[in-house]
Amino acid sequence: MLSRIAESLFWVGRYVERADDTARILDTHLQLLLEDPWVAEDLACRSLLAVMGAPPPEVGPAVTPARVMQTLGYDRLNPGSIAGALDAARENARRARETISTELWECLNTTRNDLASAIANRTTSEYFAWVRERAAVAAGITDSATSRDQIWTFLVLGRSIERADMTARLVATRAVAGSSGPSWTTLLRSCGAYESFLRAYRGSASDALAAEFLLLDPLFPRSVVYALRQAEQCLVSLGEGTDRSSTESAVRILGRVRSGLEFRPVGQLLEDLPSEMEEVQRACSSASDAVRLRYFPTGAHDDWGVGL
Amino acid sequence: MADLFEGYPAGTAWDEMTGLVDGDDADSPWRSQYAQLRATMAHLSPQEMRARGDALARSYLAQGVTFDIGGEERPFPLDPVPRVLDTQEWNTLAPGVAQRVRALEKLLDDIYGRQKVVTDGVIPRALITSSAHFHRQAKGIVNANGVRVQVAGIDVIRDDEGGWRVLEDNVRVPSGVSYVLSNRRSMAQTFPELFSSMRVRPVADYPRRLLAALTAAAPNGVDDPVVVVLTPGVYNSAYFEHSLLARLMGVELVEGRDLFVSGGRVYMRTTEGRRRVDVIYRRVDDEFIDPVAFRQDSLLGCPGLLGVARLGNVSIANAIGNGVADDKLMYTYVPDLIRYYLGEEPLISNVDTWRLEEPEALSEVLDRLDELVVKPVDGSGGKGIIIGPAASRAEIDEARTRLRLDPRGWIAQPVVQLSTVPTLAGDRLRPRHVDLRPFAVNDGNDVWVLPGGLTRVALQEGQLVVNSSQGGGSKDTWVSGPSRWTEESAEATDGPREAPALRQGPAVDTHPEARPRSEQHEQQQQTGAGRRPSTATPEAPTC
Repeated sequence: MLSRIAESLFWVGRYVERADDTARILDTHLQLLLEDPWVAEDLACRSLLAVMGAPPPEVGPAVTPARVMQTLGYDRLNPGSIAGALDAARENARRARETISTELWECLNTTRNDLASAIANRTTSEYFAWVRERAAVAAGITDSATSRDQIWTFLVLGRSIERADMTARLVATRAVAGSSGPSWTTLLRSCGAYESFLRAYRGSASDALAAEFLLLDPLFPRSVVYALRQAEQCLVSLGEGTDRSSTESAVRILGRVRSGLEFRPVGQLLEDLPSEMEEVQRACSSASDAVRLRYFPTGAHDDWGVGL
Repeated sequence: MADLFEGYPAGTAWDEMTGLVDGDDADSPWRSQYAQLRATMAHLSPQEMRARGDALARSYLAQGVTFDIGGEERPFPLDPVPRVLDTQEWNTLAPGVAQRVRALEKLLDDIYGRQKVVTDGVIPRALITSSAHFHRQAKGIVNANGVRVQVAGIDVIRDDEGGWRVLEDNVRVPSGVSYVLSNRRSMAQTFPELFSSMRVRPVADYPRRLLAALTAAAPNGVDDPVVVVLTPGVYNSAYFEHSLLARLMGVELVEGRDLFVSGGRVYMRTTEGRRRVDVIYRRVDDEFIDPVAFRQDSLLGCPGLLGVARLGNVSIANAIGNGVADDKLMYTYVPDLIRYYLGEEPLISNVDTWRLEEPEALSEVLDRLDELVVKPVDGSGGKGIIIGPAASRAEIDEARTRLRLDPRGWIAQPVVQLSTVPTLAGDRLRPRHVDLRPFAVNDGNDVWVLPGGLTRVALQEGQLVVNSSQGGGSKDTWVSGPSRWTEESAEATDGPREAPALRQGPAVDTHPEARPRSEQHEQQQQTGAGRRPSTATPEAPTC
C-alpha cells in the first residue's frame, strides 16, 4: 500500500476515535457539573481543558462549561476538538478515497456534512449522543466490512493508539482536579465502562478497583492496556517485533509502557497517577512518530532548494 | 412573549410555589426556593417548553422507561417543572421518615417475636391476626443483622398549611425509585441551565446504599456475599426498575426459574454451573415467592426458599410478612407505636383516620360517606379507593354495603386537599395536586433517606389520585443543596483569584499535513496566478 494512503488511514482511525472519546469525556464531565452542587465550576473546567491538552485560558474570568464546549466540542479549526476531529477524519478519508470502502467514506462524509446543523440545533447531550453514534457506525463498518489486510490494520492501529492516549487523559482528569474532580464512577461511565465494571466486580466499587479496571482490565476494550496491546498486535502483523535490531520501534515503545503498567503494583501507579498517565500519552505520541518514520516516509521535506 | 406563569391561579389547596391557598392575599411574595425556577422558566416560550417536554418523553421512550397500563407500554409521564424543597423543609421531613422506619422495624420484630406490643395493650391482637399480610410462615425467619425493612417508601402529603402528613407506609416492595434516578438524568440533560444555577442534591448514591444494606443483611460467615435481584419477569409493570437496580448494583437479575434449592442452600443456574446465592432482593410478592409455603400455583418463586431462609443460609429483603406493618389499619396506630418503641413523639403526624371497627366511627362514616375518602386496608396503586365527593350515588351505596359487611377491610379519611405544584398544562403552568414518596434504606446501623423522592402528580385539573395506573405522572424532586456560589464570592473579595496549579497535559497529535494551506495544497489546486480551478475536476487531479 502507498505510504501516503496508509498514513491517511492511520489518521482516520485516530480522529474518529478522538471525536468519540472527547464526546464521552465532555458528556460526563459537563453532566457532573450540573448534577453535583459541590463542584467548583471554574477549577473543574480549567483542569478539563488542561488534561485535554488545550491551550490554557487566561487567568481571570471564570471558565464556564460553555467555553469548554466551544474549545473542545465545536471548534472546527482545532483538530483536538470533536468537530475539528470529525472534519479531519473526513479530510483524511478523502485522501484515501479510492482505498476505503464507499460505506465508510459516506459515513464520514455525511457526518461532516451534518456537522454544522448538529452544532447549531442539538443540545449538548444530543450532540454527544450523535457523535458517539456516528463514531460507532464508522467503527462498525470498519469491523464488519473491511478485510483484515493492511487497510484494516492501519485504521485499527490509529484507533488503538488514540484510545490508549484518551483513556489515559480520562484517568488523569481524576487525579488532576483533586477533590473537585469527578468520581471514578463518572470516569467509568464516560467510557461506557461503568456497567462492565460493576459486573466484573459485582458492585463493590472502590477507587483502586476502578483505576485498575480502566488501566489494566484485559477484557474491556477501552482499558489502556487492552488498547496498547491491540496496537502492538497491529504492529506485529505489519512485521514488527521480529527483528532483533537495536533501533527504537513503535512496538517497543508501546510494549515498554504497557508492561510498566501491567507489572507494577496498582498502589504504586496510583501514587502518582498524573505522571504515569503523561508517560502513557508521551509513549503514544512517540509510537505515533515512530510509525510515521517507518511506514509513512514522506518526500515533502526533500525540497529541491525551496526553503519552507 | 407570554409568561408561562401568567395568570397562575390560587387553587383550592396550598400551593408549594406561591405558599397561598384560595382567598389569601395574592400579592404576598412567593416562596423563595422557586424564585430561580421562575426566573428561568419565565424566559421560555410555550413552544420551547413543549419542545423540552417532548424531549423528555422521547428520552424516556429511548431508555425504555415505560409503565405497563393494561398491556401497553407507555412512557412514564415526566412533567418538565421540578418540585423544589429547600434544605429546611427536607430537614423536617427526612428525620420523620427515618423515625417511622425505625418504629416499623421494631414493630415487625415484635410481631414475629414475642408480641409484647399486644401484651402491653398498645394494639389489639386481632389487628395482627386479621391482617391479610400477616404470615405465620414468616415467624422465625430473620436476617443476620435483624433488619426486615431494607427499603421503605413512606408516602407523605402536605396539608392546608404546608405541614407534612404521612398518607401510608410501604414496607413490602416499594417501587418507584428507578423513576427518581431516571427523572434526574433526563432533567439534567433537558434543563442544564436550571442545574447550573440551583445546586440540587444528587440522588445517584442510591444503588450503592442499597447494595450496602443488602450486603449487610447477608448470612453470618459469608465473606463476599452474592446478591441478586429477584424479578417476576419482563412482563411485570416494574421490570424496568428491577433491571435498572440490578444493573447499577452490578448484580444478577434473576427470575424464579433461575434459582433452585439444594442441600439447604439457594443456587442460581449459570453457564459455569451452579452458584450460591446469599442475599435476595426480591421484587416478588410474598404470596408468590415460594410455592411450598404460599400459593402452590406460583411459577414466579423458588420452591423451598423459605426453608433455606429459616436455616439462615439466605437473606431475603425485604423480609416476608412485612405487609402486616403497612396495613392501613395498623397505620392508625403508628404514632402510638413510635411513642411505645422509641419513646419519641412522632415528627410527622398521620392524616386523621376513622377505624371502622369502632361502632361510633362506623356510623359516623356511613352518615358522611359522600364527603370522605374510604380505602381498602391492603390495597395499593390507588385501587378500590372511593372519593366521596367525586363518587356517584350508586358507588356510595355500594360502598356503604361493603363497609358494613367488612369494617376491618376499610379505613376512612377526610378528603385531604393535596398541595399543588406548578405543572405544564397545555401552554401554561397550572397548579396540580402532588404527593411524595421518599425512599429510606436501612443497613442496620442507620436509616438513610434518599434526598428527594418520587413526586407523583395528578395531571388532570382537580384530580386527587396521583397513581400512575390512574393517569398520574411524576416530577423530579429537588432538594436544594448549599450554594456553590457563597463560598466563591467570599473568596473573590480577597483580591484577584490565583490561578490554580494545574498540570498541563500534552497537546494532542495531529496529522503532519494538516497545516492550513500548505504549499502542497496550493499546488494541488493548480490555481497559481489568477488561474481558475478547473471545474471538471474539482478534486486534486495530479500529484
